[in-house]
Order: sequence, then structure tokens, then C-alpha cells
Amino acid sequence: MKFYLQKLNPTLMNVKSFNLIEIRNQFPILNKKINNNQLVYFDNAATTQKPKKVIEAINEYYSEYNANIHRGIHTLAEKATLEYEKTRKSVAEFINSRSEKEVIFTRGTTEGINLIASSFVKHFLKKEDEIIISEMEHHSNIVPWQMICEENGIILKTINVLENGEIDLNNFKKLITNKTKFLSIVHTSNTLGTINPIKEMIEICKKSNVFTMVDGAQASAHSRIDVQDLNCDFFVLSAHKMYGPTGVGVVYGKEEILEKMPPYMGGGEMIKEVNFQKTTYNELPYKFEAGTPNIGDVIGFNKALSFINDIGFNNILSYEKELKDYALNSFNKIPGIKILGNSKNKIGIFSFTVDKIHYYDLGLLLDSKGIAIRTGHHCTQPLMEKFNLDGTARVSLAIYNTKNEIDYFVEKLKKLIN
Amino acid sequence: MKTTDSIQKDIINNFQTLDDDFEMILNYLIELGENLDEYDEKDKLETNLIKGCQSKVWLSYKIKNDKLIFSGESNTSITKGLLSLLIKVFSNQSPDEIIKTKLFFINKTGLCRFIGTQRSNGLESMENKFKIIALANKKTNE
Repeated sequence: MKFYLQKLNPTLMNVKSFNLIEIRNQFPILNKKINNNQLVYFDNAATTQKPKKVIEAINEYYSEYNANIHRGIHTLAEKATLEYEKTRKSVAEFINSRSEKEVIFTRGTTEGINLIASSFVKHFLKKEDEIIISEMEHHSNIVPWQMICEENGIILKTINVLENGEIDLNNFKKLITNKTKFLSIVHTSNTLGTINPIKEMIEICKKSNVFTMVDGAQASAHSRIDVQDLNCDFFVLSAHKMYGPTGVGVVYGKEEILEKMPPYMGGGEMIKEVNFQKTTYNELPYKFEAGTPNIGDVIGFNKALSFINDIGFNNILSYEKELKDYALNSFNKIPGIKILGNSKNKIGIFSFTVDKIHYYDLGLLLDSKGIAIRTGHHCTQPLMEKFNLDGTARVSLAIYNTKNEIDYFVEKLKKLIN
Repeated sequence: MKTTDSIQKDIINNFQTLDDDFEMILNYLIELGENLDEYDEKDKLETNLIKGCQSKVWLSYKIKNDKLIFSGESNTSITKGLLSLLIKVFSNQSPDEIIKTKLFFINKTGLCRFIGTQRSNGLESMENKFKIIALANKKTNE
């Protein structure tokens, strides 16, 4: 299969910084053969592939300047600290936070949500207060709240999702009472692809003094994120869904709120002074980064951000939209396919079922053709239940996917259906 | 009567003809599943259900001459093929023979490389269910 810029919007071809072949060439794995076929990687919502410069940066850290950070005084420690903190600066710029103090590194979105549940909600909400989430949340944005609610007598409410996969805004407005203190909402659904009207929802919350957290795991590589513009109190993301390494995530929080929050974990690095009478905590953001962090992968994440920045969101948004529209148009022509989530405002995530073929069989049969898709409930069981499904197949696209790959997928899927 | 080990060896021999070709293995599994005896709809009970992460399997049994005879069903074609292999190994055997059987055919066929380690098909739960049934029907030597 050849990958070239076929049928691309001519205006895109003129953008000198965007060349699909060059982009694909940065991902060694995309040349792999899977079961004797060229790999077609359509499982980007689970994790994206990594460009060479991310892999090389991690390799370089371990080969050239591996050392623990923030404490050592020797050359290696200095270099490692410098590179680690460079990533924090890049993240701050990427999400447009006011300062680097507002950027806390975690292991991923799941840990980020647990940090906020544990250090903010648990301490600042009281019995009978209410937290709102939606029906389209990933399990990691459901279970931490259930745990905190159960432990502290807080009430958890869920916003309805409409048939087309969009948030029911009217229902959301009705759910807010004078007891509502916190909204935790997914920016972009990992199952439906829907981009939620986050800014509007946050504005509504602000009028009622409701704190807000945005789960940006699925959004951060596909939408431009500006935390100041959103005016959210917290924003969480995972590096590995943004062409970066696994095991790195970010919690953004407004500085004045983070200052008031107690640490999440105790240990080294997060302290200023320890004695057996009283320990004083380190300042932001280190207060929330107990223990030796995932240094090498945080350094690698910086290169993932520069990969995204080099392409630029203008290019990303227009190419990914074009790819999504092309995919949708092609999928709609497949007999017996049902797509879950038909919002006009969505990214290239397509959950679908096919008459007479179970999604599990579909996933394995496509894998035999080199096509990697996700099957199952995508960690959104309540959403599946709402739509009377126990699972779907899911295609999720990223910047390096091509129309040729979509054609190949459609051809193979049609053959299976026949 | 063949032992469970010799049945497993037969399965391994059959898979060897597929040359580790994933597509051929999948199609063979689907064919095996299609050849499984029809499962009685009224046996699709919660108590007979084995829940995998992505597929459902029902397993029921009867006893004939102190041997366990299994029948099963799945909502996915490939899992049904896997199930049919387990039924081939364990059916018509005594509870003692089933309990002491070590399943080695998964590792010796191309199956393990492709689907033997995935929790999605519930292979381990299926094996456990056969053994639990065997344990429940084991004769105690008093």
C-alpha cells in the first residue's frame, strides 16, 4: 500500500510545514508488517504511536545523562533536572497556563483525577454536597468520584447523553442546585468522539460557584487547549495519547486552588523540611510530586509536544477534519454498519456495530489483515448500557492516518460482511 | 477411549497444517465453532454463563457412564471455536481425568501467539469452569 497525499484539500498542500509522508516517516512502527500485511493503526484513542524523536530522547536520557533530579549537585543531575523542567515549561505553553507552577506531573489521566478527588474534593466538599459527571465518562472519571462520594456522603449526579451522542445541556442546567460544588466532565468522548461544549458548561458552573475539572485525555492531541480561555479549575491529560510515552500525565490546576490543597502522597521531593514534630511541604508544583518521578518519559514527552507544535493546530484541525469526514462518508456506505455517536462536533472516533458479526470476531479478523482497532466497551460501560450494547468496534484516527488506510479498511470490512 | 493428552496432540497436529497463518487459524476456529452441536436455548442460563471481557460463553453438561459430556455455546464465532476445542479435550472424560489435565495445546499451536494470552476471550475462565464442574462431580473414595 502506498501512502501519498491523495485527494487532499489543495490549500493543505500549500502549507509547507505539513507533509503527510514526512510525518509518517517519523513513526518507525508504521512501516511494520502485521500478519504479513502493512500495519494500519486505527487504535489511537487507546494510545498513539511515538515519533522517532520521542524514542531517541528517552534513549538519550538513559545513555547520556541519567540521574535523579532536583537534589543532585553534579553535572548529570543538573542536566536531567534542566530537561525535566523544560517539559513543564512546554506543557505550560501548550495548554496556556499562567505559570509552570500550575503544571503537575502524574502517571497519567487516571492518577490526575484521583489526585483531584483526593486532595481537592475530599477536603473542600462536605456531606450532601453534589458532584456532577456525565453518562459518557470513561470509568476513570466515574470510579474515583464514586469512591470519594461513598466515603464522604457526597452525592454523584450524571448528565444525560442524547441519542446522537451529545450532552443534554438542558438536563445539565437542571441538575445544578445550591448543593452542587463540582463538575467533572470529559472534553472529548473516547467512545463517541463527541467534543463537548466545555466552555459553555464551565461558564454555567462559574455562575453557581461550581468548581470544574476537564478530562482532556482524548482531546489534547486533536483540539487546541487553552486552560485560561476555558477557565476550568482543573484539566488533566495523558502524554501517551499525544504521541508521547506511557506513564506520564499532567494535572493543571489554578495556582490559588493548588496552594490550598493538601499533598496527594507523602514522601521525598514533596517536602521542605522534615522532623518528627512537623513536616513542612514543598512549594508548587513539587508539593504534588512525591518520590522520584518518571524522568526519562517526561523528557520524552517534551519531544511529543514539539512534534505537535511543529505541525501546528491549524494543520492538525483541518487535516483531521478532512480525514474524519472522508471516513464517515465511506463508513456510511457500508451495509449493516451502525455508528454510535453522530454529533457534528466530533473527532475521528467511530464506534460501530455490524449486523451478524460480533465485534470481537471483527477485531481479530481485521487484525489478520494488519488493521488494529479496539473492541469492547472502551471503559464506558454505563454508556454502553444506555445504548443497549455490550460493546462495539472502534476506529480512532490520528494525524498520521491516511485516506488510503480508510479505503483499505472499508474494503476489508465489506469483504467480511459479505 | 483417548486420553485428554492424546486429544491435545491431535489438535496440535491439525493446527500444524495451518502454517501459523493467523487468518487460516481464525477461519479454522470459526469452522470448528460452526460444527459444534447445537446448544439448547433453554440451557442459556445465568448459572451456565462464563463471562469473558468481550464474549459470552455458556457451558452445560450431563453425566453418562461416569463421564462428563459437555455442550456449549458462545455469542462470538472465534470464542466458540476455542470452546469447541476445550469441549473436544474434556468431553467424555472422567472428572479425575479432567482435573489432572494440563492444557498444553494452546501453547503448542499458533493459538497462544495470537489469542492465548488475551483476557478478552476468557480462555482461563473457560478452563476453570470445566475443572469446577469436574470437581463438583468427583466421586469421593469413602
